[in-house]
Amino acid sequence: MSHGTLPVYWRLFVAGFQQQTAYPLAMFGGLVANLTFGFLKVAMLFATVRAAGASVQGYTVGTMSAYIWLSQGMLGSINLNGRIDLADRIKTGDVAVDFLRPVNVQLATVATEAGKAVFALIPRAVPSVAIGSLAVGMTMPRTPAPYLLGAVSLLAGIVISFSTVYLVAVVGFWLIETRGIQIFYMVVSGFFAGLFVPISLFPSWLLAIAQATPFPSMMMYPVDVLTARTTGAAAYGLVGVQFAWLGATLLVGHLLTVVGRRKLEVQGG
Amino acid sequence: MSDAVIETDCLTRKFAVRGKGRKVVTRTTMCAVDNLQLRVSPGESVGYIGANGAGKSTTIKMLVGILVPTSGTVRTCGLDPHRQRRQLAARVGVVFGQRSQLWWDLPVRESFEILAAIHRLPAADASARTAELTEQLELGDFVATPVRQLSLGQRMRAEVAAALLHRPRLVILDEPTIGLDVLSKQRLREFLVTERLSHGTTLLLTTHDMGDIERLCERVLVVDHGSTVYDGSLNGLAQTAGSDRILVLDFVEATTDLTGIPHTKHLGSEVGGARQRLSFDSENTTAAMVLAAVGERAELRDLTIEEPDIEDVVRRIYQARR
Repeated sequence: MSHGTLPVYWRLFVAGFQQQTAYPLAMFGGLVANLTFGFLKVAMLFATVRAAGASVQGYTVGTMSAYIWLSQGMLGSINLNGRIDLADRIKTGDVAVDFLRPVNVQLATVATEAGKAVFALIPRAVPSVAIGSLAVGMTMPRTPAPYLLGAVSLLAGIVISFSTVYLVAVVGFWLIETRGIQIFYMVVSGFFAGLFVPISLFPSWLLAIAQATPFPSMMMYPVDVLTARTTGAAAYGLVGVQFAWLGATLLVGHLLTVVGRRKLEVQGG
Repeated sequence: MSDAVIETDCLTRKFAVRGKGRKVVTRTTMCAVDNLQLRVSPGESVGYIGANGAGKSTTIKMLVGILVPTSGTVRTCGLDPHRQRRQLAARVGVVFGQRSQLWWDLPVRESFEILAAIHRLPAADASARTAELTEQLELGDFVATPVRQLSLGQRMRAEVAAALLHRPRLVILDEPTIGLDVLSKQRLREFLVTERLSHGTTLLLTTHDMGDIERLCERVLVVDHGSTVYDGSLNGLAQTAGSDRILVLDFVEATTDLTGIPHTKHLGSEVGGARQRLSFDSENTTAAMVLAAVGERAELRDLTIEEPDIEDVVRRIYQARR
């Protein structure tokens, strides 16, 4: 990176953040959906914990609640639906405009999307966690360390989700319409990211599969670090795994962009 | 030769066209740009015209590095556009009339700030340039308005400002006046004339609007099926293609066909002769002389003059070659 590169992507990050402020009602709608499904998860997972006799795989009712509300709150910021604007821009040909700028299109895309996602923490994650905690209570760490490392882990999770979804979008250079892959992504990602149940409740073979994908790095690991389910060296280990996935997805995305750009046929004149 | 702003040699781009037959998927190759030879010198103002699908947009996309040529070479501002896309982006400003480069949900001013950051303009420089463009393109009333709430005319002016913010040496406008009303078109053209005069910018523009060409371009290129069929001045184009104007005449009452008026051709009559269309050759006669001759024969109620549109000129050039 040459001198003065970082401010460019920082500005795009801020632009994404600002753009997201334009639709408060949509944010509110998202929050309502988060809460509804949050209470559904409470009903099912609390029952699971109680049926197992106050603890399942180390989860108590209090820590399960923390998992539920943190994961629900992150849902507005972690892209698990597989779709970003770039996919549409490739389909309509508007991607031509992106290539007219003196920026790395991959980094510009990820920076902008991450900016939108970080904004969504305010109207979606904060109220989600607050309401959940008031309604059913939750057990959270009492030392600052998990929160500090957790913030890094959460940011990494957000960026990984977009550097991975970027891979789905960029396949559009070849296929133009990527909806099929996007739907497949959506089905798989939430499950392996630990959106429905914590992945440690999976049977070991399924857990191994999940751990071989980038999806736990998007949501499960940040939740584990934030709730201090994983602490100390193991927590740093999870963050390390996250950064490895971040590097890997960015690298693959870069290669696909370089090769795919040669295949690009701008749609729509 | 190396100081050309645009230089192409045998530039060619083919696309695979997938057609669906009854059972088989056929693949044919379509040549959008065919051995294009083009050289544009600094400060020139070039109109690039041709029918839809003639290869204009494809050429532009190769000039700025969005598309890879199938064969041949292209250099823009001395750079290889595809390989040096990002360096080139600092030297070229592009407006695609049908696409937006502004941030839809943000105020116009915000888009300019983001673009200034992307182009790494020093803050003082960026604000001076923004002020200059805001004044000249009369953006003052709506710089604080989100882009999605602008009218088309307002948005196009903002798009042009966005493309020129970094003072590009080469400005490429792809259908900049599409969908604009007469006043908006005129404002935009006036601005572009001023901008060229004060900054020596090279201009390449595609359009379907003869007015754009007449007011902005010294040189005209007509392209057909991916290759250049005319390259020269606008006057030369008119001579090649003919410069007929059409008069639509409405009479008080039905009138016999107006044949035999010097330098005119009777094109047709409607409503029993109460409306007639005459074409006249503006090289040899004037509208006033034609009207005087018409007035001797019948009482006029109303008239309109139709300028030849670009499609007509292009069609005539295409026909002349075939």
